[in-house]
Amino acid sequence: MDKRMTAPEAVARIEDGMTVGIGGWGPRRKPMALVREILRSGAKDLTVVSYGGADVGMLCAAGRVKKLVFAFVSLDFIPLEPYFRQVRQSGSIEVMEIDEGMMLLGLRAAAWGVPFIPTEVGLGTDVVTRNPALKVIDSPYDDKEWVAMPALNLDVALIHVDRADARGVCQIAGPDHYMDDWFARAATTTIVSCDELVDTAYFSDPAEARMVFWERAATQAVVEIAGGAHPSSCSPLYGFDIPHYKAYAATAKEGGIDAYLEQFLGDDEQDYQRRVGGLDAIRAIELPVY
Amino acid sequence: MTDYTLAELCIVAASEAFAGDGEVLATGIGVIPRLAASLAMKTSNTDLMMTDSEAFMLAEPNPLGKRAADFQQANESWMGFSRIFDNLWSGKRHAMLGPTQIDRFGQTNTSALGGSYEQPKVMMLGARGFPGNSISHPNSFFVPDHNARVFLQGECDFVSSVGYNPERLPKGHSLDDIDIRRVISNLCVMDFGGPDHQIRLLSLHPGVTVEQVQENTGYPVFVPDAVPVTAAPTEEQLAIIAALDPHNQRAYQIRDNPPGDPSRVAG
Repeated sequence: MDKRMTAPEAVARIEDGMTVGIGGWGPRRKPMALVREILRSGAKDLTVVSYGGADVGMLCAAGRVKKLVFAFVSLDFIPLEPYFRQVRQSGSIEVMEIDEGMMLLGLRAAAWGVPFIPTEVGLGTDVVTRNPALKVIDSPYDDKEWVAMPALNLDVALIHVDRADARGVCQIAGPDHYMDDWFARAATTTIVSCDELVDTAYFSDPAEARMVFWERAATQAVVEIAGGAHPSSCSPLYGFDIPHYKAYAATAKEGGIDAYLEQFLGDDEQDYQRRVGGLDAIRAIELPVY
Repeated sequence: MTDYTLAELCIVAASEAFAGDGEVLATGIGVIPRLAASLAMKTSNTDLMMTDSEAFMLAEPNPLGKRAADFQQANESWMGFSRIFDNLWSGKRHAMLGPTQIDRFGQTNTSALGGSYEQPKVMMLGARGFPGNSISHPNSFFVPDHNARVFLQGECDFVSSVGYNPERLPKGHSLDDIDIRRVISNLCVMDFGGPDHQIRLLSLHPGVTVEQVQENTGYPVFVPDAVPVTAAPTEEQLAIIAALDPHNQRAYQIRDNPPGDPSRVAG
């Protein structure tokens, strides 16, 4: 099965009101080219589930998000995501604020087809009191109460990977695949952008196959976009673009998201990359040191 | 005796929090907590586990900041973020973090200040992993600027982590299940070992008075009969800290980077 398509074709599957999970973590390996394609297309009233970075900030600022499911939104070296702060402080989005691990459990529940997973995470905190939909239940096996973390069923997951083949075998060669395997499994439709499209034979080497973290049946669309994680990182190929993030954050103080999009978004990814200095410049960005 | 900075005093005091932990994952978020955990791993508790803040477990803590091109970190295993949760829910972890508010119950806030929940005045990070950390394993806190806004009079605007609050105690749990270890600030070291889990003064940094701590804390601090002065760093500890922090990031963690013992400053 050939799952290759263009970014506009893939993102056209996202309808108004859908729940969209976004892989990566903060400024790390975010499917930013696919996020930009949403910004170029019309999808709105989205429920977004993300370990958030500028993916969340941009979609929120552009008015595409009805509800956000989050544990944090951060650019790491800029700890507070400026546009996320603005939409929260203006009260313009609904939120489900949960713990990082609860999000993982919600994705697992969706992947496994169970309505919830019991956990003690969230007990005693405002995660429980501020989420009326989050139920605390008695256990059939002990005398304690437990949080019933509901399945986070995704209509669509967006993920960026280092390499994929046309059939949807996806490789993440960086140090961490974060929760992307669970995003892929929790979604009805998983759209993957890849820095490099490879032949299936590439994965014959067991060392390469070890870096494949979900089954190709969990991937429905493969979009080849070299540099597609920019301005986030795609380790080991490139780091995150600190000057670009600073410029992005500066527009939150002056000009707003419209100024940012006007300057950078462009008509397509080719146009975007031309505006940010080209693929070679992206690939030359140093990896972060922690 | 050598001169030392307040940051170095705090690193040493904070490292004490990990000394009796045994074989657990030590997670220090921020420069001083990370150096504290690293110092403990090099000295008082060599059984500690640590990550590279990315996805590998280290047999030796990494120095902070940019490292030489030929630097090879001492990986011992893989520890991606999803596996962090498998470990932390088992309880084998001690985290030291810097929340924005810490109330009298030891509850903390990392999420939002003022206004309403629907429209906070100041939005911060979000709950992050604090809910899960606080109910799963011991936690300590570092506060670089001890004041009554951090240690606020009322309850946290948003409770990110569970504390010794009977009103919020989950069914079937006891307050003793909650394990808040040390609170290290630029003024003192505290814990929640006072009567009924009241915050308690353990030691005062050189030159700091009990009154100063109380004035800068929005709720009563339990003061034992004898409160020692926080122990000064040894030459050995200072040398290890310097090696772990070659770019001197520790100098930028407490405002004006004051000396650890003001009485030793000439003038």
